[in-house]
Amino acid sequence: MIDEGLKSELQKQGVYVTSLQELYNWGRANSVWPLTFGLACCAIEMMAASMARFDLARFGAEVFRPSPRQADLMIVAGTVTKKMAPLVVRLYNQMPEPKYVIAMGACAISGGPFKQGYNVLKGVDRYLPVDVSIPGCPPRPEALIHAIMTLQEKILNQKLTGPERPRHLNADVAGEYPVPAYGPHDLEPPNNPAIWQPPAIKR
Amino acid sequence: MMQTTNSYLVLVLLAVAAVGFAVAPLAAAWAWARFFSPSKPGRDKNAIYECGLESKGDAWIHFRSEYYLYGIIFLVFDVETIFLLPFAVAFTGLSAGGFVAMIVFLLLLVEGLVWAWRKGFLSWK
Repeated sequence: MIDEGLKSELQKQGVYVTSLQELYNWGRANSVWPLTFGLACCAIEMMAASMARFDLARFGAEVFRPSPRQADLMIVAGTVTKKMAPLVVRLYNQMPEPKYVIAMGACAISGGPFKQGYNVLKGVDRYLPVDVSIPGCPPRPEALIHAIMTLQEKILNQKLTGPERPRHLNADVAGEYPVPAYGPHDLEPPNNPAIWQPPAIKR
Repeated sequence: MMQTTNSYLVLVLLAVAAVGFAVAPLAAAWAWARFFSPSKPGRDKNAIYECGLESKGDAWIHFRSEYYLYGIIFLVFDVETIFLLPFAVAFTGLSAGGFVAMIVFLLLLVEGLVWAWRKGFLSWK
């Protein structure tokens, strides 16, 4: 591994040194393909972000794919109802690794203004590993762009080897997340206990 | 003779280079996926449809093949309409032979209709 000081010294002389990991991450971070997947009004902002005025293409993330097989990023844009939740998880499972999730807007984070609704999932992080959350109701396209930039930073800093390596490079970690089933009163299970636990009540 | 062989050799080399240019990235991608990425197939991942819903039922279902009869009966009326209009327009200037030929043609079509009627295809079941 090259010393950081030597690296910057070489850069001043016009010599760029990089590692395979950095090159690989740089390529991945600048070609994130989101899934064309809008659930509610946040999707309108997502569309606006990909159009000419906000131009998500500047960040390499404008290629919205209509098939999960070709997508890297799931932008959960809107209210996830309990009827839709199994479909969301199934679509996530169908995406190839490495894959990322952005929870866009108050609804996807927590249920938002519909949190009291009996049919609304109180946050998609109960079933999916959310990488970036965007607050707002709905968030502006700039906020989505900021989330994509945050995700790019996360991708750039991922280690490809060692125990901290991401899930897709670890053969021991399961590739699919359990899809909840429709129960008589609620989804079963109501959350994926491996990634989300209800907060402990302190009395 | 030598000249001809050489000129074709260039084409062969070009074809080999073109195929290699196309196949090499595919082979590299395949090798990368084969040797570096852990394969994690699953029930959802291998599912055929990508709409999020699970597919229901069997793809091997029976279609009613009787629809072709309705197609044929429609054709009877369709052909009749197309030929009846020029027949009506040219009616006054028509020779006796042409008239008889047209009537035979119409009767042939009507015969098909009568056949379908006799078979009971016109009644809704």
